[in-house]
Amino acid sequence: MNSRERARLTRTHVLRTISGAGLGHVGGDFSVTDILAVLYSDVLRFDSENPDWPERDRFVLSKGHAAVSFYTTLAMSGYFGLDELTSFAAEGSMLNGHPARAKVPGVETSTGPLGHGLPVAVGMAIGAQIRGEQWRTFVVTGDGELQEGSNWEAAMLAGHRSLGNLTLIVDRNRLQQGARTEETNALDPLDAKFEAFGWQAVEIDGHDHELLRRVLSRSHYKPLVIIANTIKGRGVSFMEDLAVWHHKVPSPEQVDAALAEIGPSS
Amino acid sequence: MNAVTMTDCRKPFAETLIELAHADPRIVAVCNDSVGSSNLGEFQNLFPDRLVNVGIAEQNMVGVGAGLANAGLIPFVCGASPFITGRALEQVKVDVAYNNSHVVLCGMSPGFAYGELGATHHSIEDLAWLRAIDGLDVVVPADARQTAAAVRWAAANSGPAFLRISRTPVPELQEREDKEFKPGASETLLIGLDATIIATGTMVWRAVEAARQLGDEGISVGVINMASIAPMDEVAVVRAARATPLLVTVEESVPRGGLGGAVAEIVAHHAPVEMRMLGTDTFAPTGSVEELTRHFGLDAESIAATIRAARVR
Repeated sequence: MNSRERARLTRTHVLRTISGAGLGHVGGDFSVTDILAVLYSDVLRFDSENPDWPERDRFVLSKGHAAVSFYTTLAMSGYFGLDELTSFAAEGSMLNGHPARAKVPGVETSTGPLGHGLPVAVGMAIGAQIRGEQWRTFVVTGDGELQEGSNWEAAMLAGHRSLGNLTLIVDRNRLQQGARTEETNALDPLDAKFEAFGWQAVEIDGHDHELLRRVLSRSHYKPLVIIANTIKGRGVSFMEDLAVWHHKVPSPEQVDAALAEIGPSS
Repeated sequence: MNAVTMTDCRKPFAETLIELAHADPRIVAVCNDSVGSSNLGEFQNLFPDRLVNVGIAEQNMVGVGAGLANAGLIPFVCGASPFITGRALEQVKVDVAYNNSHVVLCGMSPGFAYGELGATHHSIEDLAWLRAIDGLDVVVPADARQTAAAVRWAAANSGPAFLRISRTPVPELQEREDKEFKPGASETLLIGLDATIIATGTMVWRAVEAARQLGDEGISVGVINMASIAPMDEVAVVRAARATPLLVTVEESVPRGGLGGAVAEIVAHHAPVEMRMLGTDTFAPTGSVEELTRHFGLDAESIAATIRAARVR
């Protein structure tokens, strides 16, 4: 299955899962779907039969509220069955509203509170250097979460240590929970900020699979930040670029309308 | 205590860490510009590539520690206790405890060890904060040998731990055998009939002194060294509560939620008994460690006075 088909199927599972559970963050799930699909289809080295394989690439989803996209990606990658998604948020399920390392195979570190993923990813990348190992670390943050100061502590250290084995992808959908990032506490110019911290920065269309593949496969000597311009709610016309879809749950009619746009579920 | 050697427990901490690092390449140290105050200078000389100094950035320091553990290393994450706990509390909760990461958090110079530097640098809330976090072992060694044993245990353990390592010099507790540290176990140093002092860390030797003073007056006082704050040795607490009509807890921290609170929770469930909880119940006034010890009624004479007063009430 190519990454485009994988992303399309992921969106159908996300819709059904969130609708079934009555909670979730569909907007941010859809802005990051293409990034996850390319990573798990074509970039990351992993063994879902052996989640703790020491040589695996590390992936951290810092924007843990996009849990359903992530869980679907892990299920489609073989970490657990797709049928597990029906348990999302149900009593006793391993699938919390936010991913927990101790519960879910394939989750490297628990996230949910924002600003945690990048520091942990920096520690992973330093760890690979200390051990002299070749595996790489990839981390996805939201854009709004870059307002958390812990990210900049970590960015400073990654730049200082020239962590060429670390790649950060910023899901730059320009919307945070309540409003536009630039109206709330502006982030631009993000590339210049990271460059000033010693990173290499590229800005691309975060829904262009070919571009994502190319940039994610590139080797680099400094830490690399990919500012992936995305659209919150991408793939469903009536959800796109609207803050209200941060965590609104679609009605059954809206699910049908959305699935009609996305296409068949298998 | 004549001619007793007093030890800054950062010394056995660092010596043991270096000994372990020679034997196990997975041992690494992480610090926040605290190479000196965490006593990591020699570690840095011997293992320059295995000391990660993140600069003055505690949230990042704890997150980096969790990442290093994920990479298969055993990080000892060191910083002044007020900052590694208070500043990075959510990272301690999520990245370390909730992840069940094998990260050893080392809170250096806790309590009011920073004396005159003032309440900003005192770490008197740490035990209450950390005791509330599920799955995090909280350990407060009382002397040099127990510090070394706790460091060895934390390295060989597989889960998250917090070690509270003081700079305030303490004597060796002569009554104690040199043995392995066990979480959830306490040490009974003296057995008494009239009262039992349950103390932790730098307060244990002072409790022993108080018990000796009272013994000279014919008051029989037991002393328990409660180095494992979480999990806590419930059996020993209940035994003491049944054996003596008074329990006195002594800690260099806030009793609300700290050692005092923990002991009170146990006795309230299993063996209600009269208690006194000695600790730091307010932000400290300006003063040296010795002055603050007296101010808070934590010196041997004050501990003894508390027990005398409770008995005549």
